[in-house]
Amino acid sequence: MKLKWSDITPEATYLSRRVFIAAGAASIAGPALGLTGKSSAFSTDEKPNSFDEITNYNNFYEFGTGKTDPATYSGSLKPSPWSVKIDGMVERPGTYAVEDIAPDSALEERIYRLRCVEAWSMIIPWLGVPLSSVLKKAGPTSGAKYVAFQTLLDPDQMPAQRSSRGIDWPYREGLRLDEAMNPLTILATGLYGRVLPNQNGAPIRLVVPWKYGFKSIKSIVAITLTDKQPKTTWQMLQPREYGFYANVNPQVDHPRWSQATERRVGAGLLGGRQETLMFNGYADQVAGLYSGMDLAKFY
Amino acid sequence: MIQRLNRWSRQLPVWAVWLVGAVPLGLLIWDTLQGNLGVDPVRDIEHRLGRTALYFLIATLAVTPLLRLTRINLVRLRQALGLICFSYAVLHLSSWIVFDMAFLWAQMLKDVVKRPYLIFGMIAFAMLLLLAVTSNRFSMRRMRQTWKTLHRLIYPAAILVALHWLWALKLWETKPLAIFASILLLLALRLPFLARRRRGPVTSPRGPGGRNAGLGRNPGR
Repeated sequence: MKLKWSDITPEATYLSRRVFIAAGAASIAGPALGLTGKSSAFSTDEKPNSFDEITNYNNFYEFGTGKTDPATYSGSLKPSPWSVKIDGMVERPGTYAVEDIAPDSALEERIYRLRCVEAWSMIIPWLGVPLSSVLKKAGPTSGAKYVAFQTLLDPDQMPAQRSSRGIDWPYREGLRLDEAMNPLTILATGLYGRVLPNQNGAPIRLVVPWKYGFKSIKSIVAITLTDKQPKTTWQMLQPREYGFYANVNPQVDHPRWSQATERRVGAGLLGGRQETLMFNGYADQVAGLYSGMDLAKFY
Repeated sequence: MIQRLNRWSRQLPVWAVWLVGAVPLGLLIWDTLQGNLGVDPVRDIEHRLGRTALYFLIATLAVTPLLRLTRINLVRLRQALGLICFSYAVLHLSSWIVFDMAFLWAQMLKDVVKRPYLIFGMIAFAMLLLLAVTSNRFSMRRMRQTWKTLHRLIYPAAILVALHWLWALKLWETKPLAIFASILLLLALRLPFLARRRRGPVTSPRGPGGRNAGLGRNPGR
């Protein structure tokens, strides 16, 4: 092979050129585009799915039920400016900007397994802050037992909300307070070193890695502390199929999908299936939350 | 016009129907090789094969109402349409076994007896299998009246296939509901009172040869 002059750029020049290009790109895109997070001991060392896979295979019914609908139709969502109302049984209720809830300087990178109730899975490098840090700032009062979350209700920004499909919009989810305070539970604002794309729940979403994906509510506008178990969207729709807890559990089947195994998205045509782990592999950290509970009953 | 259409369809060789039937498979293979299938090709392959099978099932079911309502006669091509439908059903099932379930026989068996949409799908497949293996002149001649009765299994099979799709989803979705509705319509057109009214006076009165006599079901051919 014959070398051209352009092939032998001195390394120093080459490197400084890269820095120059990166700085240029950052200044065009604004400071929000490049995010970094402190690495975390909670991260898995499994190989993450590609950015392309994570952002083009989504369930976000506010934009349609197809897996590519969110990537196609979520352009109408305006994730900035955005604020989150924190109210209910807290000492300091209020409306907070996303930048205050999850300042870039506080972000951690959490590479988590994601297991969907439809029996597929991915590995996702989230950037976010522990939910506990946010709740502590608001100061739950002693009577608070649960945390309720709500997504935006705005058919102009979320076009599929124009038809109900049986869903009582806005999308709602909830956790028990101790689940919410678990260090694994985060509010994510980015993935793969970038600001969260709309289809993944911009600008701020919940990530609860030991539960089925639908528990990890996207595009949060309200967090309410309460003493009653909150109603959640899928439970309201089909209580027999979707429980409040929705812990990943290979022993408790869903009527439509066996939960014993899962298919890793991106594994290829002959990638096969792998066994699903109890609590999606996070049993060491969370099994204690459910000691003494019948998980077939509290599914 | 209709006569010309019928003359044209009489000249159409059956292999041409098979050729058309192979187009969706060709496109699917092309898309797979080109990487056009998106993030989860397993799901796309499985679902596209299933949908194609269903479309050919509907085409097969449409032959008789088409004849009754418009006098367009495609009865000669119906066997090919049905067999193409079955071929796609075989590919759909195979893609589930090979790509989706990766030969986990124990789990597949457990799922098939437990999950309504898989039960529906499997029963429908068993019915289509019976229809496919008896879809030849030898069986027609041997079975005579039984053959006609047996081949009415396509009616329950069509309903089960539509339910198989609807039940697999988390919500009621428009497309499978529309498919279900069109299947019900095609079946309703066979109800005696509807069929009689629509046939109108041009049709000769039904003879003693059974419901479909004179409609080209033609078991002798």
